[in-house]
Amino acid sequence: MLLEVKNLTTEFKLKRGIVKAVDDISFTIDKGEILAIVGESGSGKSVTSLSIMGLLQNPGRVTGGQILYKSQDLNKLSRKEQQKLRGNQISMIFQEPMTSLNPVWRIKDQIMESIMLHMKLSKKEALARTIEMLETVGIPSAAQRANDYPHQMSGGMRQRVMTAMALACEPELLIADEPTTALDVTIQAQILELLYRMREKFHMAVMLITHDLGVVSEAADRVIVMYCGKIMEEADVRSLFNHPLHPYTIGLLKSIPQIDNDSDEPLYMIKGMVPNPLNMPKGCPFSDRCEQSMERCTQEMPQLREIDGHKVRCFLYDAKEGGSGKQ
Amino acid sequence: MEPTYSSNPDENLQAAEYVEKPESQLKVMWETLRLNKAAVAGLFIIGILALIALTVWLSELMGKQILPYDPNYADMTKSFIKPNAQHWFGTDQLGRDMFSRILDGTKISLFVGVTAVAISLTIGVIFGAIAAYRGGKTDTVIMRLMDMMLAIPSILLAIAFMAALGKGLDKAIIAIGLVSIPEYARIVRGSILSVKENDYVHAAKIMGNKTRRIIYKHILPNVISVIVVRATLGISSAVLDTAALGFLGLGVQPPFAEWGDMLGRARGFIFSAPYTLIFPGIAITITVLAFNLLGDGLRDALDPKSRIK
Amino acid sequence: MLRYIIKRLLMLIPVLLGVSIIVFLIMRVFSPDPAPIVLGQHATQQAADAWRQVNGLNDPIYLQYYHYLKGALTGDLGTSYYTKLPVVKEIMSRFPATIELAFVAIILASFFGIVIGVISAVKKNSIFDNAGMFIALIGVSMPIFWLGILLIILFSGALHWLPSNGRINPLLAPAHITGFFLIDSLIAGNMDSFFDALKHIILPASALAMYSMAIITRMTRSSMLDTLQQDFIRTARAKGVPEGKVIRKHALRNGLIPIVTVIGLQLGSLLGGAVLTETVFSWPGIGAYTVECILKSDFPVVQGVVLLVATIYVLMNLIVDVIYAFLDPRIKYSKKEV
Repeated sequence: MLLEVKNLTTEFKLKRGIVKAVDDISFTIDKGEILAIVGESGSGKSVTSLSIMGLLQNPGRVTGGQILYKSQDLNKLSRKEQQKLRGNQISMIFQEPMTSLNPVWRIKDQIMESIMLHMKLSKKEALARTIEMLETVGIPSAAQRANDYPHQMSGGMRQRVMTAMALACEPELLIADEPTTALDVTIQAQILELLYRMREKFHMAVMLITHDLGVVSEAADRVIVMYCGKIMEEADVRSLFNHPLHPYTIGLLKSIPQIDNDSDEPLYMIKGMVPNPLNMPKGCPFSDRCEQSMERCTQEMPQLREIDGHKVRCFLYDAKEGGSGKQ
Repeated sequence: MEPTYSSNPDENLQAAEYVEKPESQLKVMWETLRLNKAAVAGLFIIGILALIALTVWLSELMGKQILPYDPNYADMTKSFIKPNAQHWFGTDQLGRDMFSRILDGTKISLFVGVTAVAISLTIGVIFGAIAAYRGGKTDTVIMRLMDMMLAIPSILLAIAFMAALGKGLDKAIIAIGLVSIPEYARIVRGSILSVKENDYVHAAKIMGNKTRRIIYKHILPNVISVIVVRATLGISSAVLDTAALGFLGLGVQPPFAEWGDMLGRARGFIFSAPYTLIFPGIAITITVLAFNLLGDGLRDALDPKSRIK
Repeated sequence: MLRYIIKRLLMLIPVLLGVSIIVFLIMRVFSPDPAPIVLGQHATQQAADAWRQVNGLNDPIYLQYYHYLKGALTGDLGTSYYTKLPVVKEIMSRFPATIELAFVAIILASFFGIVIGVISAVKKNSIFDNAGMFIALIGVSMPIFWLGILLIILFSGALHWLPSNGRINPLLAPAHITGFFLIDSLIAGNMDSFFDALKHIILPASALAMYSMAIITRMTRSSMLDTLQQDFIRTARAKGVPEGKVIRKHALRNGLIPIVTVIGLQLGSLLGGAVLTETVFSWPGIGAYTVECILKSDFPVVQGVVLLVATIYVLMNLIVDVIYAFLDPRIKYSKKEV
């Protein structure tokens, strides 16, 4: 097991109260696996990734649980040890390729910085490695483009540069936070294909954070569905798409437009809005939007239960398991 | 599809709140301002200064002596008395009570500050609005003229105006008012141009609204908050300029007690009676500080980015 | 880029023409007749007429301006009404003192402004930040000349550490090479002169620097706060770059770009501030001299000074824009943008 997250809780202390952006979540990632975390904005998926990276900014703080990377607790490491891992064994690419690169540095310098920081290479070797990485991620005439500034490149190219930068030190875990969201559809597919290829080439695990179920179905091995900082459902990708259990997941799947759907029915929408994080409902956070909501749902928080390797947090499945199977 | 994600959940909340209750910009500005301690402190000091100035002025009009001493009564036998219980700030080279003179000076500084800004504001707004609305050659000519004025340090320009106009309170006001016209013209032009490009103004035009109506209903409310900020900060620089002219002996002339003039005339006694140079400076600094605090607060209140705090 | 610079330099011409017209109007049309001021109250009518005739003041105003322009093109800005020396000479003998003062001031202001601004931004809302912002607020609220007076009272009057007026002990004045005493004394290898000049310049330069320092501090802080929020800073952290390097190499390089503009513009406003500082410290520069000339109605000198200052102002703006393009690779000045 490469990464094991145990009961992670991350809070934002605001003047008007405390927001639990990530609330007691646990999951694991194996070597070479692609785990997708799906959710709407505010579901806590990005905060989860920033917590793992140790990149939370004030007022955000990990307040509970453990993040075990190769069995060592990342939160217990010193700042220096964390920096040694970051960009080296665990690296990350972000949603906004347009703003995630330093506008006043040549891209080669940005990639070389990472290489020279973590691999004991000379400047010349680092440059060679940089160009090699740029070629690997599919940038044509890489040796020349390496001298470009970010603004001279398209969004897709920049995301490739980000990927090259993240992979330069051959990390074992790559966290990709909405890597394709800001890109055109055709470019999206290329970047996903690239991630897939890189996974094969470097045997790394990928934690793919997205709101796009289409991306999930193409790329992931296993899926976690998050809502309001909690894991609602977790399953392998086939099982999730074929037999979704949680009403929220079902709703998400129904709201994907289908091209081969001839009916005149309007596209399905989950009614209502994500609850105010400062004023969470007492019971299931999805209860006020759920079509199958019961009296109990508004009063009690359901537990995450495992049914044949498929985990779900919903009272609908309580009866089947006899109500005792806490993960 | 999901909108852009913000790692700060508070931002999303604020945005939602903001959409819920559309208010006039000035009202929002005021609401935000009230939470800004520094700005409220500035406003409080300005209130006190205004109160002092008004009281002194009114009592003067009614021929009553409200200050501890007549600020202009010279008594050489009493010159250079160090601060004590009778003369809190001491007496100056002519034996005049410094405390009374400084209180008296409040009315000059505030009066010059406010009227000078009124002058530059009026002319600047007219120039800026014409430039923005006419565009083309008119715009070029006006703005180039403004650029040329900006290329001359304002204090030199003000001194030159004073040399041409002669010394005195009214001349100082005009000189200080004239030199800051370009700033207002630029700001007004800039903000009108940016508002003009907004969709709702286009929409108003398409719906056949008259130009004047568009200006009053759509452009003015948006430009006015920018002007309020600039004018507040403008008063502080006008107060500074007044003091500078006074210090050089070019500004408000005796018998008026003007802080800069007091400093200029006491300069020769810098080593023998330094206290005569301390208190007028403190008075200027406090006044300028108060308007700066308020101006900064207003500017922050206007900026939606800082409103999130 | 070169074309852009040339175009901008060409734009200097209309600006200078305009500025000279403005000054001409103020000094020669709206100002009172200089003759009685220059010759004294008791000069006879004939003497005044003769004087005006000699100085071309009886000509119509457009003719006066034409003569002035013609002279200016050949580098002749007229002669002072009082000293009868060429204006160019009068200015040049005092200009280095002002430039030296402004330069030391801008160095002080930039150094302290940037350092305090950066630390305030990195340690936002700390005691240091609050103290720094308070000083900056006082700095923009205090009259320059009063700060000068306070410095004199404290360091010259009470402590006797530093001199309160002049540029240098006249006995130690170095031979004229550049006109900058700090440099000339170093060239001559005369350390006594150097330290004496340094002692003299500290107080006036500090007084002059305060306002600009306050502005630079505030701008640096807000620019750095803005930059530290950017995504690419998060990227740098995600690469495992140590925090110190993130600030120095990634944030500062970006955050300082707008600061360059502020510093450039401050240098222009320092020349205005020099008027007051030089008066307080009896600094033999061009600022105090200009005030004197305005009051004495020495038109030719005033015109010369204003043209010079306006030229510097325009050139500074150009230099700022060029440096801007150099620091920010996203900016390329095209011919159309002029």
